[in-house]
Amino acid sequence: MATLEIRDLHVSVDAENGPREILKGVDLTVKQGETHAIMGPNGSGKSTLAYSLAGHPKYTVTGGSVLLDGEDVLEMSVDERAKAGVFLAMQYPVEVPGVSVSNFLRTAATAVRGEAPKLRLWVKEVKEAMAALQMDPAFAERNVNEGFSGGEKKRHEILQLELLKPKIAILDETDSGLDVDALRIVSEGINRVRSTGEVGTLLVTHYTRILRYIQPDYVHVFAGGRIVESGGAELADKLENEGYEAYVKGGASE
Amino acid sequence: MAEQNTTGSTTAGSIEVGTAGAGAQLAGPGTGRTTVHQPIDARVAVKPSFDVNDFPVPTGREEDWRFTPLHRLGGLHDGTAAAGERGEDKVGFTLPDGVTAETVGRDDARLGKAGTPVDRVAAQAFSGFEQALVVTVPKDAVLTEPVRIDVRGEGGVRFAHVVIDVKPFAEAVVVLNHEGTGTRAANVELLVGDGAKLTFVSVQDWDRDAVHAAQHSALVGRDASYKSVVVTFGGDLVRLHPRVSYAGPGGEAELFGLYFADAGQHLEHRLVIDHDTPHCRSNVAYKGALQGQDAHAVWVGDVLIRAAAVGTDTYELNRNLVLTDGARVDSIPNLEIETGEIVGAGHASATGRFDDEQLFYLQARGIPADEARRLVVRGFFAELLQQIGVAEVQDQLMEKIDAELEAAV
Repeated sequence: MATLEIRDLHVSVDAENGPREILKGVDLTVKQGETHAIMGPNGSGKSTLAYSLAGHPKYTVTGGSVLLDGEDVLEMSVDERAKAGVFLAMQYPVEVPGVSVSNFLRTAATAVRGEAPKLRLWVKEVKEAMAALQMDPAFAERNVNEGFSGGEKKRHEILQLELLKPKIAILDETDSGLDVDALRIVSEGINRVRSTGEVGTLLVTHYTRILRYIQPDYVHVFAGGRIVESGGAELADKLENEGYEAYVKGGASE
Repeated sequence: MAEQNTTGSTTAGSIEVGTAGAGAQLAGPGTGRTTVHQPIDARVAVKPSFDVNDFPVPTGREEDWRFTPLHRLGGLHDGTAAAGERGEDKVGFTLPDGVTAETVGRDDARLGKAGTPVDRVAAQAFSGFEQALVVTVPKDAVLTEPVRIDVRGEGGVRFAHVVIDVKPFAEAVVVLNHEGTGTRAANVELLVGDGAKLTFVSVQDWDRDAVHAAQHSALVGRDASYKSVVVTFGGDLVRLHPRVSYAGPGGEAELFGLYFADAGQHLEHRLVIDHDTPHCRSNVAYKGALQGQDAHAVWVGDVLIRAAAVGTDTYELNRNLVLTDGARVDSIPNLEIETGEIVGAGHASATGRFDDEQLFYLQARGIPADEARRLVVRGFFAELLQQIGVAEVQDQLMEKIDAELEAAV
């Protein structure tokens, strides 16, 4: 069973006056089939955690370890992490002009699976996944994220999640900028992937809204660069009622 | 004034509003035409002429020569090429039914109608060629396959003159493909008849040591459409001068270009669109990638909207992707407007490196770094190729780009 183990993770970014530490010792274990919600106020470092796990070059790991089934994730390049089974659905997916969605998806699937998917089966697979996310087939011919609405970008991220079948899915603020209908469609997509039991999900979010659609097994409160409280789904209800105020007092949040 | 300067511009552009660049009316040589409309660049002192002796030898300090390494021009600019050893070209033709290609003498009345040489090299080409090629697409003919002129340079010096004459209401795609090597200077005239449509594709796929200078002069007829596609990969020094003027209202010109400069290559594209006629449109989009030490691209886009050209709609764009250290881009959009009664006028120029966020996004989907870079560059060009509108030509160019990327990035 795939397991992601994050131990005492410290991460810095380069700021004007030298490196600034954002993650200050994160400990978390995510197992295949589990869903963990990481909740926290803006600036608490929860997106930094997401991007650091995927290997974004902006972040420097200064301490700690991240293991996926015992393999050292921090030693891997960005694409090696994806091939090992780490997937990051981004809050702000990037436009890639001139690269069609269909070309992009097939290139990614070929890279992650280690061989080009058989064309006929692939076309069917993409078509079905797109239909499930209520995406127009014409979407495949558009350039990646170019001119996409907020909802289209997020559906496109979840489409990739469904096609690339990672072991660990990190969903960074996937709910932000979505109207109720888009949120429902995107959540159903995530739930389809979760229901396979094959993926461990790390759901990074500011709001509890998406948790009405996606039931987490664990909720972690993130503040000041680390996890400050962990609990079950009921912790989300507490946050819904009381907000993050209790956790950010004294400037713990940056 | 409907001008705009799009955000993201990273190089100097200038918009001048005023009376600069008063039009000159020149007669063609023995054409029977009384006047030829000629763009005058306000910044260029010498008047257009068919005679090489009307131009002083450039020193490199002139505005229109300051980016060009003259010592690498093979003597095209100072008369030594003209005195040097003549070379040959192998030329192959693909002519759809009804299209004619004739070799004619210097006195043929059809020469010199679309434009006059604007610099000493183009005038040298006109003064030096022995026979011209005239390709004619007859009136009302709608071609279903491209006309192809495949030129393979076999060394030496050669001056060429080509006229593509697309008669009224005809529709044609003409591909002029350059391979091989040599020192070459040429004038290409493009006569787009009233209501006609011409897509002219000029591919510079030269060997690494070739020198090529050419002026493309298009005269766009009433309600006619002209699309120029310039693709420059090869050569040591390539300097092209695509120019457009309009023979009647309602004309439309689209000028697309892409270039890929490797170490040491100098690829220069200088465009002039002379809006001297009301209700015409122009749209320019040039994109280039550069890599390697002393790869140098120059793009100058001059658009002139004369007082008479009310209802003009124009936009020009240049984008450059610098892939490695040591490469250099000079990008200068320039817009001169003499009337405010226009639909729109704008320009944009930007030169940048790889977008790290694009690369991260692709790598985060398992795509290795080198393949991700190829995808980004391919996409950068594909976006432009998608606008050519001729599938066969698009596919051929994409293959060339893929080969270039395979070897390079």
